[in-house]
Amino acid sequence: MSATIPRLELRAIRKHYSGTIANDDIDLVVHPGEIHAVLGENGAGKSTLMKIIYGVVAPDAGELFWDGQPVRIHSPAQARRLGIGMVFQHFSLFESLSVAENIALALPDAPRPAALAGRIRRVSADYGLALEPMQPVHELSVGERQRVELVRCLLQSPRLLILDEPTSVLTPQAVEALFVTLRRLAREGVSLLYISHKLEEIRRLCDQATVLRNGRVRAHCRPAEESAASLARLMIGGELPATRLTPNALPRTPRLVLDRLSRTADGPFGTPLRELELCVHSGEIVGIAGASGNGQKELLEALFGEVALADAAMLQLAGEDIGRLGPAARRARGLGMVPEERLGRAAVPARSLADNTLLTAAGHGLVRAGLIRRPAVLRFARALIEGFQVRCKGAQAPANSLSGGNLQKFIVGRELAQHPQALVIAQPTWGVDVASAALIHEQLLRLRNDGVALLVISEDLDELFGLCDRIAVLAGGRLSPVRETGATDAAELGQWMGGGFGPVTAAAAPGMRDVHA
Amino acid sequence: MSLSGWLPILAGVLAAATPLLIAALGELIAEKSGVLNLGVEGMMLVGALTAFAVASGGAGYAAGALAGALAGVGLAALFAWLTLNCLASQVACGLAITMLGSGLSAYAGRDYVSRTLDGMALIPLGGGFGFDPLIVTGLLLTVLVWYFLQRSRAGLVLRAVGESPATAHALGLPVRCIRWAAVLFGGACAGLAGAYLAIDYTPMWVEGLSAGRGWIALALVVFAGWRPGRTLLGAWLYGGVGILQFHAQALGIAVPAQFLGMLPYLATIVVLTLIARDPLTQRRHTPASLGQPWHPHA
Amino acid sequence: MFTLEARTLPSVRAMWLAPLAALLLTLLGGSVLFAAFGHAPLQALSVYFLQPLASVYGIGEWLLKATPLAVCGLGLALGFRAKVWNIGADGQFTLGAICAGGLAIACDGFIDAESLWIAPAMALAGIAGGMMWAALPAWLRTRYGSSEILSSLMLAYVAPLLLGWLVNGPWRDPAGFNFPQSIQFADAALLAPLHEGARVTLAFPVALVLAGLLCFVQRYTYAGFRLQVSGEAPLAARHAGYSQRAAVWIAMLTGGACAGFAGYAEVAGPLGQLQPSVSPGYGFTAIIVAFVGRLDPRGVVLAALLLSLLALGGEAAQMTLDLPAAISGVFQGGLLCALLACDTFVHYRLRRVYRKPAAHTS
Repeated sequence: MSATIPRLELRAIRKHYSGTIANDDIDLVVHPGEIHAVLGENGAGKSTLMKIIYGVVAPDAGELFWDGQPVRIHSPAQARRLGIGMVFQHFSLFESLSVAENIALALPDAPRPAALAGRIRRVSADYGLALEPMQPVHELSVGERQRVELVRCLLQSPRLLILDEPTSVLTPQAVEALFVTLRRLAREGVSLLYISHKLEEIRRLCDQATVLRNGRVRAHCRPAEESAASLARLMIGGELPATRLTPNALPRTPRLVLDRLSRTADGPFGTPLRELELCVHSGEIVGIAGASGNGQKELLEALFGEVALADAAMLQLAGEDIGRLGPAARRARGLGMVPEERLGRAAVPARSLADNTLLTAAGHGLVRAGLIRRPAVLRFARALIEGFQVRCKGAQAPANSLSGGNLQKFIVGRELAQHPQALVIAQPTWGVDVASAALIHEQLLRLRNDGVALLVISEDLDELFGLCDRIAVLAGGRLSPVRETGATDAAELGQWMGGGFGPVTAAAAPGMRDVHA
Repeated sequence: MSLSGWLPILAGVLAAATPLLIAALGELIAEKSGVLNLGVEGMMLVGALTAFAVASGGAGYAAGALAGALAGVGLAALFAWLTLNCLASQVACGLAITMLGSGLSAYAGRDYVSRTLDGMALIPLGGGFGFDPLIVTGLLLTVLVWYFLQRSRAGLVLRAVGESPATAHALGLPVRCIRWAAVLFGGACAGLAGAYLAIDYTPMWVEGLSAGRGWIALALVVFAGWRPGRTLLGAWLYGGVGILQFHAQALGIAVPAQFLGMLPYLATIVVLTLIARDPLTQRRHTPASLGQPWHPHA
Repeated sequence: MFTLEARTLPSVRAMWLAPLAALLLTLLGGSVLFAAFGHAPLQALSVYFLQPLASVYGIGEWLLKATPLAVCGLGLALGFRAKVWNIGADGQFTLGAICAGGLAIACDGFIDAESLWIAPAMALAGIAGGMMWAALPAWLRTRYGSSEILSSLMLAYVAPLLLGWLVNGPWRDPAGFNFPQSIQFADAALLAPLHEGARVTLAFPVALVLAGLLCFVQRYTYAGFRLQVSGEAPLAARHAGYSQRAAVWIAMLTGGACAGFAGYAEVAGPLGQLQPSVSPGYGFTAIIVAFVGRLDPRGVVLAALLLSLLALGGEAAQMTLDLPAAISGVFQGGLLCALLACDTFVHYRLRRVYRKPAAHTS
């Protein structure tokens, strides 16, 4: 440690929410010009800590020092006055407002958005973050939105910049561009707090790291001197489980087919789908990469049957046209579905796990003559809890009392227990702890080896590379060519995420390609 | 018909439109902040009675109008406390406020039922013409609300809170304060609209004086797509329908009075249906968080 | 300094205590109001709440008034659970009265004491009338997406005008000295009182049976489950394939049928004829009944009894204390407001905050 006064120092910070401890006795020191990683898996307490620093949440105990002086940060406005900027993971932008209006909202001196445009252009040109101030935010790509957040912070000449999982939705190329900007900021003397669970990124970018686990500091270290494996051990307290994709020799028949699937945008800020072509065979996992907002929501609704397609033949399950069937009819034909939002969509938050089995599994003997068969429902729920190692207070526990990982195990289990022919699953391990994620991946692979067709839609490229036989990218409502996982890499997919795959050729038509690994 | 024949009709339309316009502009601001206040009718009634009581007590019309607006603010404060601090359902609270407002005004207003007022004096323009101060207030308010929403920073903050309170909170905007202010403004407008009915338009007090105008004002906000200019147009349209009732008999249209009385209500249904046919444009202007309770503990 | 903290599960205890606390608060507020008007609060409260129940006739009136509130409230509660906001039950009630009464008027020439079919036929006509008036908002909502709140309410303003026209015009009793009311219905078309000296009719036990039926539907049937899920978590309902349209239709039609039946029971019971106004706002009070009853059929019946007592008390207060009857409106609105405030503790618990956060962020 150098002798300079730390820009920010936390001592024994503590915060608890109704019974659960989010942060316990946290110490953290950040020096000027330092890129400091805060590393931990989902639920380790990283986000809470950053909210405390940014003044969104008040700590229950502990002290903050800014330039060596004790401070209490009551509000984000005060944090910004001190010189603390924050780039949020789920961007804090208003869709219906313009770039300039969004930036004006965070600036204390309240210039008119029109007057601000010049300053925005200057800063964005200076840092190579191209932006058009008068453009409405809902027209921007994910990368551009992050630029808005960054420029918003930079306009306030921050002395500490907090970045919460900034790369989780970026293409590999955009990540590189971001790193260039961040290194330059550090050279100019800005301190950076970089929150992530991506080990390689941290090793490449950060000078110092603080590792959190279960709300406590497990280690302070220099990431460059650690290996990914040693960081992982600090982060999860054990080895990082690896899923192994082994070729299987199952006969492959087309199972789930998208045939020129098109539909209109969902809402004013949505993306229409244009002639998607894809064939998922029995016994394989196909992944669809791409940042959300590129038609993912529309595609999932179309696959789930929440929105009927214009033509029944646009979606086929085992040779049958199902494009105009509703969700229940699709399930009855063997299509399993796991949406991205666990609470509110896959499960009713305040209802018990038992009641939640009824949502999708009612057709499996849980209802007779219009009456709910309570004993059968309870049996079904208990079997899921046991079979998928769901940690909860029994079948009567409400869905919102479970952790993300345990609820996801329950939801995936609910679909698997119905023995689907094909399974569509979105963001299978988003916000899920490492152990649950490993169990879910294992179950998905087992399903594949049992001859089920799986379609995985995820923003996490690492997950897709570990799980899928073939990968495609959904960008701007169009689907890229489908590649063998071994025949492509992050760079190519990243380029495709930017839309750079040209017109899709007939080679991607269903059944035309040899799919063996 | 000559110009002199049309003028009273046009003046009548303007007058009939004014209570709807003022109440709708207030509700528009509340809804832009994300709060759906279904209590407009109740706030209007309380405002009407208070204004009538103050004005007929000899304190003058201006004092009456002010008192009406303040009464609306009082009821709106109860609504704001229930929905923003106690986080109760906005729909249920709005209904409760309407019922409480109708009950309170009917209860406290029984002594005022047979009294009458002269109505506000016109501000003379010369040549025998003049304008009604509250009608002009309505028009000015339209411009003011438009300027506030489109041009001012405070309006920008309000729209941001209505779109996403969570995001606004993360940026450090005082979400609850802004919503309180918007709801109180809505209450003041509803109260003023009621005051206009009681001391200027009719001018008298009967139980249930507003006769559903508060609800029509709510519909007007949806019809106008949360835009002040269109609110004005919509209010004129309704004013026209309302005036038609009075002039139909004079024009020799032989329809039972009850059917003419149905017109504003049926027109509301028809208009709402026409608007809803274009859901995409509709959703673009709807405040995204409308009607959802929000709690700062994320 | 306190802050609210969300509970994972709504507290069942708080859920049933909240109406009691709200009632106490309302009574307290009422006492203040009485005192302000120069009445001894305790005496006024006893006039208000005890005097109406001091006779068989009084108890009969209590149950009589509770009947339409309970029946309408039961239908509304089911809809509110699905977050379908039918607030035009008063119009559906009036249409039920119009259709049932119209049938009685049309058949007046050929029914006699033996015509047992007329009562059920009128009940069905009433139900059909209520459903028809509810079907319009349901259709507009499912077909065009227009808000059922406003369209059902607008129709509630239209229905009395329609009734007014009927009793002033085509259905006016020719021998009625030009009063705007219809003929008296034939005896066979009327619901007989349950007990001598009281006016309460068979409709009250029907309301109890209906409550039991709806309890069963909510708890044990898959249809009831689907309806509740579509209110609690609309996206989950959509994902599960529960039709939102079906939920709207079921909720609106049930509400309309209940209100229509109540309208029938009113004209075939205490009124015995069609008058320019058949409802003193039963359909609106039923909204309070549904909320105070926690949208649970058992609770709705209790709440209907409570609000019926409030209304009767208002009448007693008018006669004995010369207080305006509108005071019951104040009590009703106040009760609902108090309940909504108390309900906070069903979903949230108070937590003490030791360090005061900045004022403008709290």
